[in-house]
Amino acid sequence: MKLAEQVIAGDRLALARMLSLVENDTPQGRSELDELFPHTGRAHLVGITGAPGTGKSSLVNQLAYAFRHPIDGSSPLRVAVIAVDPSSPFSGGALLGDRVRMRDLVGDPGVFIRSMASRGALGGLARNTAAVAQVFDAAGFEIILIETVGAGQGEVDIARLAHTTIVVEAPGLGDDIQAIKAGILEIADILVINKADRPGVEQTERALRAMLELAKPERIVMHHGRLAVLSYQEEENEAARVWKPFIMKTIALRGEGVQELAQAVREHGEHLRRNGEWQRRELERLDAELQGLVQAELVARWRERVPEETYQSILQQVIKRTISPYQAVVKLLEK
Amino acid sequence: MAERKIRVLIAKPGLDGHDRGAKVVARALRDAGMEVIYTGLRQTPEMIAEAALQEDVDAVGLSILSGAHMALVPRVMELLRANGQDHVCVFVGGIIPDTDVPALLAHGVKAVYGPGTSTEKIVEDIRHYVLGQMIPQG
Ligand SMILES: Nc1nc2c(ncn2[C@@H]2O[C@H](COP(=O)(O)OP(=O)(O)O)[C@@H](O)[C@H]2O)c(=O)[nH]1
Ligand SMILES: [Mg+2]
Repeated sequence: MKLAEQVIAGDRLALARMLSLVENDTPQGRSELDELFPHTGRAHLVGITGAPGTGKSSLVNQLAYAFRHPIDGSSPLRVAVIAVDPSSPFSGGALLGDRVRMRDLVGDPGVFIRSMASRGALGGLARNTAAVAQVFDAAGFEIILIETVGAGQGEVDIARLAHTTIVVEAPGLGDDIQAIKAGILEIADILVINKADRPGVEQTERALRAMLELAKPERIVMHHGRLAVLSYQEEENEAARVWKPFIMKTIALRGEGVQELAQAVREHGEHLRRNGEWQRRELERLDAELQGLVQAELVARWRERVPEETYQSILQQVIKRTISPYQAVVKLLEK
Repeated sequence: MAERKIRVLIAKPGLDGHDRGAKVVARALRDAGMEVIYTGLRQTPEMIAEAALQEDVDAVGLSILSGAHMALVPRVMELLRANGQDHVCVFVGGIIPDTDVPALLAHGVKAVYGPGTSTEKIVEDIRHYVLGQMIPQG
């Protein structure tokens, strides 16, 4: 049996191997992923981002547990966790410690946790995180929780990959407003103030609320990172379509507020599906992925056709100012 | 194609609550370019085997100071085998009497390291064992 078939059949060892092949972007990984692709597109991808120490891993632990043990009597969902941590820029190695906080999921066959090093990719995700998520999707995991370290800028990547983005803050992490990086609110579908047992929750909440209002005045809505100013009529029509981010408080250590958070995630998923936003995002994501792949492939094919000496000699002409870069491009593409 | 990294699980089975040594080794392996999954204190053999499987590691390092190694290590080996992970290199560090070492090696452990072992030696051994039997991918 091919590895892809074993993965679909629920073989956990095959799944673990497959994740490595895809993470390492090997030729076998690519061809197995081709087999898996028709089985993808069902999972709800949930990004959890925020500064180090805000309690993301603890929250992922509790959130996964809540999806496994729903209190409303619905059937438990299968949950995959992808925990991304940065690689050391010096050694290329990584210390991946998120599992330390995910002890409540041990022994549950409906949960699969995978740690991933960023391997030099900027933006909080590894280069192949999307492909790893596809493998879990094909393997039948209904919820995929992706924990990424928020560095202030890179959260946009997770917002692009995930259907639902949770931004985690905690009280007492420096000066309230300064700690809340510009841009982070724009990607949040749900804002969580974790460590609600700690002093300073009210200040953090007030600061977040003020920033939310500032970022989203009535007539300007954020469509997944893009600002859109609406007319009055449009506004009416949009009212049902637009998801207003809100603030939730949790104490991940005790699991408080986590069932509510799981419920909010489910509602966001339903919201996206109801108004076609789910498909629109899917289209946008696959479009971007396809364009990226086509570009990479075209460059690779072109490089195969043009000998290095030819390239170097044309580059030399540019350096000597005998031809311009545009003329060089014309020459290089003629080859 | 991305390069292949050596992935190592560092685990602390048993009830002793002291993981300084385990953390020193974990950092040394990271600084040697490996991806180290650290799972924290008080892991059962079942938890360790499950993590080794999900993370598809090449090696597992067990740090044991409690004296319970003769119970814990064979159980971990048995579970790894049952999961189809016979290829995973297992090494043990901590306070292990010399007289117990042959028995651990007989269970399939690749190496046993006492408190004085240099991290360079551990790094070198893991590279040797893992690269020696690394299944080429693709
Ligand atoms: N007081 C308190 N501490 C928490 C809470 N959630 C997490 N922590 C602690 O915060 C620290 C960082 O948690 P972790 O989940 O590793 O954060 P991450 O770096 O964002 O993944 C750990 O010591 C946790 O025990 C909480 O709700 N309240
Ligand atoms: Mg974490």
